[in-house]
Amino acid sequence: MTPQPGTPISNPSAIIPKRARRVFTTDHHTIGIQYLILALVSVIIGTTLSLHMRIHLSWPQLNIERILPGSYLAIMTVHGTIMLFFVLTTAPQSGFGNLILPAQIGARRMALPLINALSFWLTALALVILCSSAFTDAGSPLSGWTAYPPLSAVASAGPGQGLGLDLWLFSIAIFGIAATMSSINTLVTIIRFRCEGMTWDRLPLTVWGWFTAALLSILAFSVLLAALVLLFCDRHAGTSFFIPTGNLVNGVIHSTSHPGNGSPLLWLHLFWFFGHPEVYIAILPGMGLTSMILANFSRRRVFAYRTMITTTLLIGLLGILVWGHHMFVAGLSPFATSAFSISSIAIAIPASAKVISWLATTWRSRPHYTTPMLFALGFVSLFITGGLTGPILAQPILDQYLHNTFFVVAHFHLIMAMSGIFGLFAATYYWFPLITATTTKPGRLMSEALGRWHFWTTLIGAYATFIPMHLTGLAGEPRHYSQLAGIPNAAGQLIANLRPLNSFITHAAIFLACAQIFFLVNLVKSLKNGAVAPQNPWHATTLEWHPSLATNSTVAASNEKIAVYRSPCEYMGPEPESFLTQWDTDSPIHSNRE
Amino acid sequence: MTHRSIHHAALLANPWNLPANASAHGPALDHHLLLNLWIALALLTLAHLILLIGILVRRRDAGPAPSAVWRIEYLPLAALAILFAALTVRAERLWADARYTGADPAALQVEVTGMQFAWYFHYPGSDATFGTTAPQFVAPGEGNPVGIDPTDPHSPDDFVTSELVLPANREVDLRLRAQDVIHGFSIPEMRLKQNAIPGQTVHIHFTPTIPGTYAILCTQLCGTGHFRMNANLRVLSPADFITWLASKQKAATP
Repeated sequence: MTPQPGTPISNPSAIIPKRARRVFTTDHHTIGIQYLILALVSVIIGTTLSLHMRIHLSWPQLNIERILPGSYLAIMTVHGTIMLFFVLTTAPQSGFGNLILPAQIGARRMALPLINALSFWLTALALVILCSSAFTDAGSPLSGWTAYPPLSAVASAGPGQGLGLDLWLFSIAIFGIAATMSSINTLVTIIRFRCEGMTWDRLPLTVWGWFTAALLSILAFSVLLAALVLLFCDRHAGTSFFIPTGNLVNGVIHSTSHPGNGSPLLWLHLFWFFGHPEVYIAILPGMGLTSMILANFSRRRVFAYRTMITTTLLIGLLGILVWGHHMFVAGLSPFATSAFSISSIAIAIPASAKVISWLATTWRSRPHYTTPMLFALGFVSLFITGGLTGPILAQPILDQYLHNTFFVVAHFHLIMAMSGIFGLFAATYYWFPLITATTTKPGRLMSEALGRWHFWTTLIGAYATFIPMHLTGLAGEPRHYSQLAGIPNAAGQLIANLRPLNSFITHAAIFLACAQIFFLVNLVKSLKNGAVAPQNPWHATTLEWHPSLATNSTVAASNEKIAVYRSPCEYMGPEPESFLTQWDTDSPIHSNRE
Repeated sequence: MTHRSIHHAALLANPWNLPANASAHGPALDHHLLLNLWIALALLTLAHLILLIGILVRRRDAGPAPSAVWRIEYLPLAALAILFAALTVRAERLWADARYTGADPAALQVEVTGMQFAWYFHYPGSDATFGTTAPQFVAPGEGNPVGIDPTDPHSPDDFVTSELVLPANREVDLRLRAQDVIHGFSIPEMRLKQNAIPGQTVHIHFTPTIPGTYAILCTQLCGTGHFRMNANLRVLSPADFITWLASKQKAATP
């Protein structure tokens, strides 16, 4: 029997002082905001680091990182780790998941409040540990977010590979534990806390995104945790899971006294078994939200709604079968490479189905161009542009040329980073009234004028930054090069030819970062002085706008029974006012639809 | 032609910025890559046109009827599936040609060793057999960076260079090894990339066709000096290669 999630849990402890209770809270709304603040801090750090890298590549004479010789690579490692884990995993899944998910399924809270609070504070601890690595003597590790051994297994392989890498290991391990707990909470909430009438096919596509991402998280992070433990043992317990016999680093032979004859490839398998699902964890909630926003402002039901549910699950399933495409040139058997190539290209089918559904939903709809809608349309555009290079990279013979060039950097920044961040912006503009509402104050809207400026400058900046990277990659420019000048031999000429294009990319990246000032200004202004939002400002059909589920509702604590009677997206024409919410008891007008 | 118009002409001839190819398998790879890029660009344009026209033209109230799902969703999807399947088949054929079988037994043998932060090239010498290598013999200061065992009878005629010198139009079988961490062996102009992994020997074979000097890069992050870990590949005419080999072997002969 599903517990009717009518009552918020009673105050767990009256002993804790009031101020501390507001910080160390088990309230899902506050935890969601805490996650978003953590992600905002992280994205500011990560963006600053990326600008450091671009400026160092284009204008090395400025010498902005004179602290350590390996600092470019350390900056790159922290940039990747922060963006992947602390921005793209936490904000959509845990941030908006906590803020919106319970209400969207008709619940008043998440299922496991204590686990929820614990996983936030563990995530915050993980971020502090990661950042603290920068203040050790040798700095942060330089082996990238993928930490391939033996570079990551042997402390003498480079500066930062000692204490810095140990801190990185601890940080990611703690993050993984927190992400697993948070995912269990998400799954339990969705499975057990759906209100009466909220059948699986009536779930909003956002909930399907959170659900699939949570399933993937549990599978992926458990394997990552195992890999991290093995790597820790290789570093400190004399094992050699990843270190082959006779490994000679910096004049010292490792792994002779413990002749385990391990294989670095084992790490690659374990890491990418986690790493590939991880990028879907980052993007699936954004896909779901984009579908719902496109439908809402087109005043149409999402085209082929059930197919959308199927493709979400299919992308999740295929996502755990394709890790080998990160290893086409890593020393995998060429036959295994062919198998992974086919499973990877297969993902193009459900992904294309999503794009076709989005195009069909908006076709001849004359949508309302609100800021959330603009960002959802931007998501579709970036998803198409970044996605189309996916099947190219999934062909091993082409990857043999393109692997680890800037073509790959362009691909994943468009499909994962830019699409992901556009999803987050759409979510912020769309749900801002729900984020800002408190029990005493009404929610507010963000400024539409600033939002439009933010959208257009960000879209132009994103394309201007990442489209030229395809061309430097096709010309052969490798990733992870800490400088483009002063390279000896024929390679020097090859890289030097690309400096004008790289200079353009740096200018575009600075423009893209500056465009975010519109967002920050909008955020600060709207928090205090934004227009007061009506109960259901976007005329949406989903339950997070239900009057007694809203945070500021006077009946929030009541035992009013929540029930739904229809699927989401019951719109009846272009007029914003004619629609049926999921909780409307009127007889459905469009009952013949699907 | 002015400098600028030459630049424009080059851009028109090579809009995708690919460096010149100098390998036997390269033309087929380039052809397939360019085909993929043009298809991707066409689909990108088509999808954006549908998106833009769709949101700009006059509203049609009902939107696409759910019953049209076969025509609107599954038919284009089937077309895309066939397109991607065709590209996959072509790509797998090229991959099978390049990787499913080893090199011709008559191919030139060279052992490539990657280490922080250099590539070394070990030629087997006149006995056509590599002397064994082991980490305890590695002594870069004494001219033995790859650790050739001096007691092995196959070793004395071996020689090690810091540039890869190959004859044009003869297949070469490279044995890739790494001493310390994973390195990425890459020659963009040979359309070639393969990681070298500690504890493992990976074979890769190809045929250079056009004499010239080309860049060998490291394409797998390997430490602070990753950006400067490179070497030159010099492809010589067969006659020049014999002269070069003879001079090297003469110097190596004890």
